[in-house]
Amino acid sequence: MSLLWLARRGLGLCLALLAASVIIFVLMDLLPGDPAEIMLGTSARPDTLAALRAEMGLDRSAWVRYAEWAGGLLRGDFGKSQTYAVPVAELVGERLVVTLPLALISLCLTLIIALPLGAWAAARRNSTTDTAIVAITQLGVAIPNFWFAMMLVLLFAISWRWLPSGGFPGWDAGPRAALALILPAIALALPQAAILTRVMRSSLLETLSEDYVRTARAKGLTRGEALRRHAFRNALIPVLTILGLQFSFLIAGTVVIENVFSLPGLGRLIFQAINQRDLVVVRSVVMVLIAFIITVNFVVDIAYALVDPRLRGRG
Amino acid sequence: MVRYLAKACFALLALSVVGVASSAMAAPRTDLNAGIRLEPPHLDPSAGAAAAIGEIVYANLFEGLTRMAPDGAIVPGLAESWTVSADGKTYTFTLRKGVTFHDGAPFDANVAKFTLDRARAADSVNPQKGLFEPIDAVEVVDPATLKVTLKRPTGAFLFNLAWPAAVMVSPQSAADNKTKPVGTGPFKFERWAKGSQIDLVRNPTYWGKTPALNKISFKIIGDPAAAYAAMMAGDLDAYPIFPANENIPQFQKDPRFTVKIGNTEGKTIVALNNARKPFDDIRVRRALAYGIDRKAVIEGATMGLAKPIGSHYAPQDAGYVDLTGKYPYDPEKAKALLKEAGVSNLKAKLVLPPPDYARRGGEIVAAQLKKIGVDVELVPVEWAQWLSDVFRGKNYDMTIISHVEPMDLDIYARDDYYFNYNNPDYKALYTELAATSDPDKRKALIAKAQEKLADDSVNVFMFLLPKTGVWNAKLDGLWENAPLPVNDFTAVRWRD
Repeated sequence: MSLLWLARRGLGLCLALLAASVIIFVLMDLLPGDPAEIMLGTSARPDTLAALRAEMGLDRSAWVRYAEWAGGLLRGDFGKSQTYAVPVAELVGERLVVTLPLALISLCLTLIIALPLGAWAAARRNSTTDTAIVAITQLGVAIPNFWFAMMLVLLFAISWRWLPSGGFPGWDAGPRAALALILPAIALALPQAAILTRVMRSSLLETLSEDYVRTARAKGLTRGEALRRHAFRNALIPVLTILGLQFSFLIAGTVVIENVFSLPGLGRLIFQAINQRDLVVVRSVVMVLIAFIITVNFVVDIAYALVDPRLRGRG
Repeated sequence: MVRYLAKACFALLALSVVGVASSAMAAPRTDLNAGIRLEPPHLDPSAGAAAAIGEIVYANLFEGLTRMAPDGAIVPGLAESWTVSADGKTYTFTLRKGVTFHDGAPFDANVAKFTLDRARAADSVNPQKGLFEPIDAVEVVDPATLKVTLKRPTGAFLFNLAWPAAVMVSPQSAADNKTKPVGTGPFKFERWAKGSQIDLVRNPTYWGKTPALNKISFKIIGDPAAAYAAMMAGDLDAYPIFPANENIPQFQKDPRFTVKIGNTEGKTIVALNNARKPFDDIRVRRALAYGIDRKAVIEGATMGLAKPIGSHYAPQDAGYVDLTGKYPYDPEKAKALLKEAGVSNLKAKLVLPPPDYARRGGEIVAAQLKKIGVDVELVPVEWAQWLSDVFRGKNYDMTIISHVEPMDLDIYARDDYYFNYNNPDYKALYTELAATSDPDKRKALIAKAQEKLADDSVNVFMFLLPKTGVWNAKLDGLWENAPLPVNDFTAVRWRD
């Protein structure tokens, strides 16, 4: 992996972040709705509104506000929430400790389910098991995660009362906190696992028909050995691509799932902030997410290069 | 094998449940998990209009000079009594003695003066600054006596002081009330897990009657399906203003719950832009009133739980007159009136903010108006957009909205209000009402004002939003009605 390659990738990353910051700022500024008005409601008088706008710094020009915001971001200062009156970094921090574990647990669940299941189906192509897995994953792809989440609640929280129906007691509550994340993680993971299982299966089947696998078999390896030693690693490239995309979907999915389970995560923070026109929070949180997703894709690119040496020269 | 394992698990589970139940049987519970729909932006009712603020802190944490009783009556709060001068312009309050804030700061007339002066100051960001506008001067006579002089007699002054926006705050802590509210109430602030819940605990040094509850947790569960699940699973004990009317029948069938359908002050109307053609023509406005079948809208938009209204006034409030029969559903008459006004092929936009009553009601209203030849285009918007386009910009034809402020007949007398009504006769009537203190005379004037609004068909008055409360059948003391959007839990207790 040459340094030049890394430098070019790094520059692209920075440009993408800059473009993202401009787009976010412009979009949020174009959005109709005045944050001061939302805070004060319908009984507010014009002088009260003006006083609050000045307090929030909304009376200054867009350039000044962008420069201040972007400059703050570079220094690691995300600004102060207009509605909650606390630093955005603090809000994001509080929410990340819910969303990040949730996303990571779902990602692990997805991998634990999808990789073996996909490989198993591919190894037994056209058997009853294979057909069953294909059919079930087809269903999994089609089911929306919020509906699936509601079914889980109905069963595990209302009928059986094994797990809480929603909410999050905070990590200081210990095991109860972990319990609260079980259903949301499953609701997020299963539809993703269904997609990844299918990708894993078809990718493996494709590599299994490659010449080098036939050669390996000709050398005397069994089908299973050829799959493990030669096909599996090659089949991972498309899986990694999908996984990178899926991580973005997972983060987006938390917006929905966190609402269904009333979890105090990043997704719900954005949702509330948009409704309350807390521009500072929306901008900064969306920026954090974009930075996160761009970085994940950057890491996926590097992972390609590690898995497949041929890709290092390109790009 | 699996079956045995499952059985063993169930047995263990059952044992643990029994264990919990028997320990709980010793004494009634003293904690309460209550659901609220929206998270408040902060907890200072004197600096934000969000109803969610009052729903948490009013009466529980903060108290005003006067307060509202469950039936909407004004009763003494931090002022134990008061006298009003003969001209109705001077109020002398006798304050309670020995009251302290949660941080130990004393409450006296100086604090009351600070609160009122802060709310009406030039740089005040009080969302209900208009409530304090009649005040001319606030004087401290002695630590237990406060004299308030008004610019003109204001009949609703004591009522104004009972609003969440008028609660007493201490000079020491006022600046931090948004995140660390400090009041005089029976509960004090303990914790706010942002996005999740707000906990209040009993104030051991409360001046009044000690509440039965030890702790209140307000859990923010906005999604109607999640709220239903949380009630059913027992994660919530009460949801005083339940967000989805369609779940109410299921709760009613379940003996574990008490369901109370009460009144709010939410007068739900099809607001009309009286300045825009052809809505400036009284015949067109009346045609719309005849052309909308309130019963069908109530059925479809609120599952039949709402009460119809005939003017901008709630049936439970003093001076109400029943005008619901003024414009009975009559599409033929509506068509005739439109024809008389020379209006044909009327096309209009109906702006719909997010609540269910508006979105669902809008569909039905549009279908009904089509029958009288009015072609309605539905425009769903978010709150932020509604506030800027409709409410401030007055750029709309029609909109469906619920006005939740109690007894807000004044909005029709405002010059620059989004209805664009601007009627000198009504303004004169309202000025007279505002200056009248005698209860009987006030009632007569309130009746006249309602009749005037209905007669002019300023807006199409549809229904009063119901307050659908659901709580554990073992709970007592929750409010059935919502004369203000608040959750006063000071009298709530668990039965043995």
